[in-house]
Amino acid sequence: MLDQTFAVIVMNVRSIPDRFWMSLVTIIGIGVVVAVLLAFLAMGNGFRATLQGSGSDDMAIVMRSGAQSELNSVLMAEQVNLIATAPGIASDQSGPVISAELYLIVDAVKRSTQTQANLPFRGLSIKGVEMRDNISISEGRMFEPGKNEIVVGRAVLSEYEGFELGKKISLGKAAWEVVGIFDAPGSVFASEIWTDGLTLQSQFNRNNSYQIIRAKLANAGDVKPIEEFIENDKRLNLEVGTEKDYFSSQTKGTGDLIFKIGIPLSIIMAFGAIAGSLNTMYNSVAQRTTEVATLRAIGFSSMPVFIGTLVESLVLSLIGGVVGSIAAYLFFDGLTAATLGASFTQIVFDFQINSATMVNGIVVALIIGFVGGVFPAARASRLPVVAAFSAAQ
Amino acid sequence: MSADVLFELKNVDKKFVRGKETITIFEDLNMTLDRGDFIAIMGPSGSGKTTLLNMLGGVDRPSAGKVTFAGEAISSLSESDLAKWRADHVGFIFQFYNLMPMLSAGHNVELPLLLKKMSKAERHKHVAAALKLVHLDERASHKPKELSGGQQQRVAIARAIVTDPDLLLCDEPTGDLDRATATKILEMLQMLNQEFNKTIIMVTHDPEAAKFAKRQLHLDKGQFVDKEI
Repeated sequence: MLDQTFAVIVMNVRSIPDRFWMSLVTIIGIGVVVAVLLAFLAMGNGFRATLQGSGSDDMAIVMRSGAQSELNSVLMAEQVNLIATAPGIASDQSGPVISAELYLIVDAVKRSTQTQANLPFRGLSIKGVEMRDNISISEGRMFEPGKNEIVVGRAVLSEYEGFELGKKISLGKAAWEVVGIFDAPGSVFASEIWTDGLTLQSQFNRNNSYQIIRAKLANAGDVKPIEEFIENDKRLNLEVGTEKDYFSSQTKGTGDLIFKIGIPLSIIMAFGAIAGSLNTMYNSVAQRTTEVATLRAIGFSSMPVFIGTLVESLVLSLIGGVVGSIAAYLFFDGLTAATLGASFTQIVFDFQINSATMVNGIVVALIIGFVGGVFPAARASRLPVVAAFSAAQ
Repeated sequence: MSADVLFELKNVDKKFVRGKETITIFEDLNMTLDRGDFIAIMGPSGSGKTTLLNMLGGVDRPSAGKVTFAGEAISSLSESDLAKWRADHVGFIFQFYNLMPMLSAGHNVELPLLLKKMSKAERHKHVAAALKLVHLDERASHKPKELSGGQQQRVAIARAIVTDPDLLLCDEPTGDLDRATATKILEMLQMLNQEFNKTIIMVTHDPEAAKFAKRQLHLDKGQFVDKEI
């Protein structure tokens, strides 16, 4: 049986060039489905990785109770001072390691579309900057407290106009000088502008208010002592969680939306590819009716004929899957895009296609090939043997 | 049944249903064929020649009656048993050769051997012997399209005899060939009948081709009208 099957597979695969154009259309159809699917997966993965890469387990985020994101939250200076006394927060020589941060939205012009987009503008202390790992000034220097100076994330520089080092840009009612560019690889902070918190409060008339407190935890992941502290003080209508959990929750809306659009779209396209595959394979079976019937007349059983036809379809879909995966990798991997985050601000992220994503694409291609091949294979295996005697060449 | 009888058709009916119409090809057909015979079946189009060949070759079944081969009722075998029976006992030679275009002559001849428990080396030995018998041992690596019609039919003959079957069923084996080439093919079939005792049943329209057979049977409207000419 193995020899028979192998012989039929060899015959079928070798006959693919006889149906070159039709096979090519099938391969391209499947390749496009895989490429589109991988593009969406890469987008979703990149978005999630960026937000999840922004969060740390040893950092707590304190916000107003019920606030879904930084933008909805507001804290007063008195509350910041109270949180600074909470247990479970790490300390250094200068006291508890916390950073009260102001978080605003400003307009900026996107290079790609020349349209206005929301850009996050964060006010924080130098200590707040130092509390973040993986942040480094790559050009210029850090802002100085009390001055209208900003440092901008690398992604802001590439995506928006007017943020080149040394330039002055008008944000709100004041002009700000870009004194530094910072790198924050794989993090949402790369899409932000930073300045001194107190200066930002003053320039945007925010009095003594903040949006969040970041606090370094004494024990990584353990926010319980702060939580209990907040519960026991009626003045603190606040919530606490780890920074990692906060950013994970932020991915849900947009990240899910990407998958919810991408996967149905890919499924619809996959039906088209299956139709193409069915057409090619039915054509292949029709073209080889005499060959199949001759094999059956010689004594081949129906199973090798079935398997041989199915393998032919799988080979075409495998080629389509590989071509689609490679195309998606070449066109989309590392591509930078920006989309709205949960705070209605632009988040810049890179598409990510890794080997596992590519394998997923090839598996989808093989599923298309299987569905597109199984019915023609069944027809081939049931072809009447007498067809061998009615051949005309 | 005599010891020499290879085939026996007993009260065979063959009917096709097309829509509401039933077309009768054979009704109560009876015949016997001896081992080592070379029979040419002739008759006008639609007389049932190919249908008879299909039933003898186990690729079609009678609607009623019995077809026995060496005492075994092949008309009642299951599809898979029938496929095995064909692989063991029958070699087919078709009008248009029915070679696999993507395979070499050698690989085409090897196909029936894939159904046997045989090592690759043994298969190659059998293929070489079959191709030598049809004088094409030099063309084993050629694809069908690189061979003439006569050469392709010789490859088909080699494929039919490579498993050493008892029976060769030929459907218009020279129908697509010129006279000179057809004569060579018919001489080859005659040689296989006389020297290797192969039983050959050949369907043909061509009276010249029929002369190479030991016996000629004429079919008309599903009945043998004149069994011996």
